[in-house]
Amino acid sequence: MIRVEGLRRNFGAIRAVDGVGFEAQDGRITGLLGPNGAGKSTTLRILYTVLRPDSGTASIDGIDVLQDPIATRRAIGVLPHSAGIYPHLTARENIAYFGRLHGLAGDALARRVDEVTAALDIAGYAGRRAKGFSQGERIKVALARALVHGPKNLLLDEPTNGLDVMATRALRALVLELRSAGHCILFSSHVMQEVVALCDDIVIIDHGRVVAAGTPEALRGQFGAATLEDAFVAAIGDARGLE
Amino acid sequence: MISSIRAVMLKELRESLRDRRTLLTSLLLGPIFAPLFFILILKLALSRSIASQDELAPVTVANAAAAPNLVQQLRESGLKVTLRDGSDAEIRRWISETDGLVVLRVPANFAARFTEGKPAAVMVYTDGSDSKAERHAARVRDAVGAYSALIGGLRLQARGVAPTVVHAVVVDQVDVSTPSARATLLLGMLSYVILLITLLGGLYLAIDATAGERERGSLEALLTLPVVREHLIYGKIAGAAVMMIVALALVTASIAVALGAVPLETFGMSANFGPGVAWRVFLNVAPFALVGAALLTVVASFTKSYKEAQSWLGVVMLVPTVPIAIAAVLSVQPQASLMLVPSLSQHLVIQGLMRGEPLSAAWMLLAAASALVLGLLLTWLAGRLYRREAILG
Repeated sequence: MIRVEGLRRNFGAIRAVDGVGFEAQDGRITGLLGPNGAGKSTTLRILYTVLRPDSGTASIDGIDVLQDPIATRRAIGVLPHSAGIYPHLTARENIAYFGRLHGLAGDALARRVDEVTAALDIAGYAGRRAKGFSQGERIKVALARALVHGPKNLLLDEPTNGLDVMATRALRALVLELRSAGHCILFSSHVMQEVVALCDDIVIIDHGRVVAAGTPEALRGQFGAATLEDAFVAAIGDARGLE
Repeated sequence: MISSIRAVMLKELRESLRDRRTLLTSLLLGPIFAPLFFILILKLALSRSIASQDELAPVTVANAAAAPNLVQQLRESGLKVTLRDGSDAEIRRWISETDGLVVLRVPANFAARFTEGKPAAVMVYTDGSDSKAERHAARVRDAVGAYSALIGGLRLQARGVAPTVVHAVVVDQVDVSTPSARATLLLGMLSYVILLITLLGGLYLAIDATAGERERGSLEALLTLPVVREHLIYGKIAGAAVMMIVALALVTASIAVALGAVPLETFGMSANFGPGVAWRVFLNVAPFALVGAALLTVVASFTKSYKEAQSWLGVVMLVPTVPIAIAAVLSVQPQASLMLVPSLSQHLVIQGLMRGEPLSAAWMLLAAASALVLGLLLTWLAGRLYRREAILG
């Protein structure tokens, strides 16, 4: 469960996030939808504690993100926008490294690594060095290491970027599975299809503000639009950044 | 050690050891081949200068018939005498035609003046711009001078005067340098080599762990882990320090082995770099690895890309050589205050050990302690830098 209220963050004169507020519930997939530069990544970065907001509050499972960043990080799994992995380590070692820094060790660590490699279907190349991995393989490893400590909440920044159709489908299936297991999933995207295919709740962001939020049906109703795409265009005023 | 620092350190080391290029430059080319190369060149230079000492200097004597005793004296002084008659103009032509030629011309009036007891001149022709010829000419002049002194002495004796009266003052040169100290002069560069190669050992790890991590896009994910940010950078510095210590161990061992193969003894020098000295050099320079690791990591943390880090660190690598160079120019003597200057203090400690005149234990401890303190300070600074948001780049 993620709760965000009145987040503001400026970079110099640019207001990247200008009063964003929303909730993401457990067992649901919440999509942050908006054009490039709308403030999605900055919002997520504040939530996963690498940036601090100028004002506003955010909490994850009741933990104040600003007061206790370490506890926050224990409660979340993160796939950042640039989810690079270590080329000289094998897929397994990449995942185990993050597990170790989450405090796992010994048999417990090995068991968790086995579980996530199986769940993400990377057992086939788990022992290979990551140097020659395809973008899809890399994203899967990055996702596996985000899940290694079994976090309740998942923050995914444009997870399907650079993935081919098959990899995208696999990722969607995984996200849906995690939802049915009761996880709280928050992901950002500027791809309409992505959001339509997956999200239970949608938060539309533009110019650092939330311009509309709700279930797909509620959003269509709110803007009297036949499709979500029309609703999105009506919400942000034009078709910028739509795909 | 805190488990997260250990985990980061081990991961960085594992990655470094798997990268063949890093391994090659950090632990093979640098520590093992650089000293071998250095010492090979030293050996070549030594054997050449030994050879040039032993060689017979050739000299051509024109009009030798006028001074047979002089020519005999030249032969006895180890000169290779060739006889060939020619005029002043001819001799000048020979010299312009032949490299390294030295000609001694005995003038026609030599015998007459010699018999009369008047100064009898001989001419030594040489091309002063030809260093080899100049070296041979010096041998010829010495031989003629010795002959002149000998004859002068005999003449004084014949007139009932002791030859020693003409030697009002004589110079006796006393060289008190020990054979090791003489070698150290020549091997002074070795402490540069040791310090630079130690730094080089951790260079790639320091870049990879900071700028490399950012460039590959793995830094942001790393920062979302429940680890105090300082511990991440402490682990990376520890990894670089371990690489540097391994490089240091390899380079001291390699120098110890390679120096055994150089004929320094033929020059009256001894290379005091046996296993005992190598071990003490290793122990005394090891604390410097922390300074190097932290310094390189701090600087690399500021850079945005691998390339940028490489070019910056290329400059930073030279920083520790600056105090050594300044000290060499001012030819400073070891003193307690200099033990507080890392790199210079290690240089002086190494020099002392190689000379066989080690600095006092207190000074060596002071050098190690000051390096450790500076290393910890830089490590703390790196931790501060990693706490900033800007580290994301």
